[in-house]
Amino acid sequence: MTNNPNSIETPNEKKISRRDVLKTAGVGGVGVLLGASGFGGLLSMTESKAVTKESAEIVSFYGKHQSGITTKAQNHIYFVSLDVTTSKKEDLIKLFKDWTKASALMTEGKTVGELSSNEFLPPKDTGEAAGLSPSNLTITFGVGPSLFVKNNQDRFRLKQKQPKELVDLPKFPLDALEEEWTGGDLCIQACADDLQVAFHAIRNLIRIARGKAILRWAQTGFQRSKQADTKNETPRNLFGFKDGTINPDVNSEKEMNEIVWVQPGDGPNWLVNGSYLVVRRIQMFIEVWDRTLLKEQENTFGRHRVSGAPLGQKNEFDKPDFNHKDENGQVFIPADSHFRLSRGDGTQKILRRGFSYSDGMDVKTGALDAGLLFVGFQRTPSRQFIPIQTRLSNMDKLNEYISHRGSAIFACLPGTKQGGFIGETLFN
Amino acid sequence: MKLLKVSGVLILSSSLLFGCSNTDNNSTAEKAKETKDKSAEAFKGVTDDYRQYAIGEIEEFVKATETFTTAVKSGDIEKAKELYGTSRMHYERAEPIAEVFGDLDPKIDAREGDVPEAEWTGYHRIEKGLWVENTTKGYEQYADQLMKDVNLLRAKVDTVDVTPELLITGAVDLLNEVSTSKVTGEEDRYSHTDLYDFAANVEGAEKIYQLLNPVLTKKDAALSKDIQSKFDNVYNLLNKHKKDTGYKSYTDLSQAEVKELSQAIDALAEPLSQIGIVTEAS
Repeated sequence: MTNNPNSIETPNEKKISRRDVLKTAGVGGVGVLLGASGFGGLLSMTESKAVTKESAEIVSFYGKHQSGITTKAQNHIYFVSLDVTTSKKEDLIKLFKDWTKASALMTEGKTVGELSSNEFLPPKDTGEAAGLSPSNLTITFGVGPSLFVKNNQDRFRLKQKQPKELVDLPKFPLDALEEEWTGGDLCIQACADDLQVAFHAIRNLIRIARGKAILRWAQTGFQRSKQADTKNETPRNLFGFKDGTINPDVNSEKEMNEIVWVQPGDGPNWLVNGSYLVVRRIQMFIEVWDRTLLKEQENTFGRHRVSGAPLGQKNEFDKPDFNHKDENGQVFIPADSHFRLSRGDGTQKILRRGFSYSDGMDVKTGALDAGLLFVGFQRTPSRQFIPIQTRLSNMDKLNEYISHRGSAIFACLPGTKQGGFIGETLFN
Repeated sequence: MKLLKVSGVLILSSSLLFGCSNTDNNSTAEKAKETKDKSAEAFKGVTDDYRQYAIGEIEEFVKATETFTTAVKSGDIEKAKELYGTSRMHYERAEPIAEVFGDLDPKIDAREGDVPEAEWTGYHRIEKGLWVENTTKGYEQYADQLMKDVNLLRAKVDTVDVTPELLITGAVDLLNEVSTSKVTGEEDRYSHTDLYDFAANVEGAEKIYQLLNPVLTKKDAALSKDIQSKFDNVYNLLNKHKKDTGYKSYTDLSQAEVKELSQAIDALAEPLSQIGIVTEAS
């Protein structure tokens, strides 16, 4: 992210996806390609400050870890939970192999198959992403506790491999979970800077799964787009507050290994370099919040709304002082504020990667159906999400304005190399 | 009932042909035509068999409609209700053929709102009388009209050109009918006999699969096996909803059961949509 004119990275290739490169090369050879790239660079020099490495808008699918976890959050998420319907382990393995291949192609902006010349067949790729930028698409796969044991059945002879940490989350006080938004054998998280690209990914993966797995629930979400937030500030949630100020540094390998990635010795080896994903569909009572006084709103979060600074302080990233008292002897940051409770003593951290959702209108009440699709990654849920959420569900002032409607936990598999497949460490 | 069926298919296939923008349009079109001609010959036996099957179903449909309309006209409401679901099954099985007649299909099978009120006739019109108004009175004329239209259908069916394409698209179309109107309970919205139509559509699709199966097995035995197992799965689910000699009312299905049926149809229709590989040279 530098503005160094000597940077070795090609300046601004953002309008030239890999597909375009291939196409151009096919048509006119390298000369045309270089010409195009140089031209684009010149034209958009002024507008492209921070665009360097990500400018091809391709996030590599392959790697030690799956992408979409420490990847900078894209503008959109399309999250689905699936139930496996086949009872055959080989079907499941084939599914992950096919998914891996298709995902690698789609993240590069390619179609999942060539258009057949047989007009009596439906096209392999569904087509709506044709010509679109890869849009930093990432596709992340996870397995839920019920893949291992469901109704006391060791369905795929995987029971012995089930990690102790991969169990249904405990019921937290005030949980109002609905069956149709809860659980799942598998999950796919597709994130992209374009919703149509994310939709295309999910749609094609579900299609590939037909006959082997079915949709259990699905939720899209958004953050303010990069175009709208040129200063790259901390995103705001739908209550208008900055959300994600304190998030571990994804560029620090050490921090990620401590907080996010499962390490050797943590549990079964198949999950090393993977991570636990907790997802919660949290409804926000938008109308109720909107008539809440500013002071109350700020006390609820423990931060100033405009700056995001801890109450009683000036700047968003100021170190919070929980003992700081006003002239009446009251602490600035209430003990039951969301900020204070989430933080606890500061030792329990998770990598949050949440998105807002808006599902139109709640037909029962006529209110907006909107909220937060909380997505958090961690190495050990029992020492991270669970204690944090226990504190929040017991005391958080924010509970008056939200309701947890959906919940699931998945083990996100480690990444794979070209030629391998996601899930190979689990199934082999 | 699909009013725009025929033109819809035409538009789709032409956009498929010309949609492959980077390849040579002409050669693709020519190739496709070649495939078509060749397959028409190769599938002569299969298309003849299908024609026989469809005509057989339409003949049964004529008989069943006779009994049904007689019951309506004689004011035997209970009998008419009893016959409604089963009579329609013959039509639903042979739908790829029955639907070819764009003028007759709406007359026989239009649902309320599909056509202007004044033109609305056929099974569903009488259905509304039987279940909503709980009467046959005033429906005698609809019974007569229906019988006429069904007889005309029988006469016209002999003229249908049964092509391999009709079979290939017909099999999946039958299941699409299930997905879009039967599994949602919209087809028989007054009688709630949707599961009869559901089962009949699936049986009609299976017949086509069976006829094409010898060729399919040679091309891709695994695909054929997969399709068969998905048909079995759908029948297993349907069997859970049998009642007496027929099926449960749609309204007796839970939301979860509806979803289960719907997803089972998707799981079947996806591999079935690959059945067009039978047209490829081995």
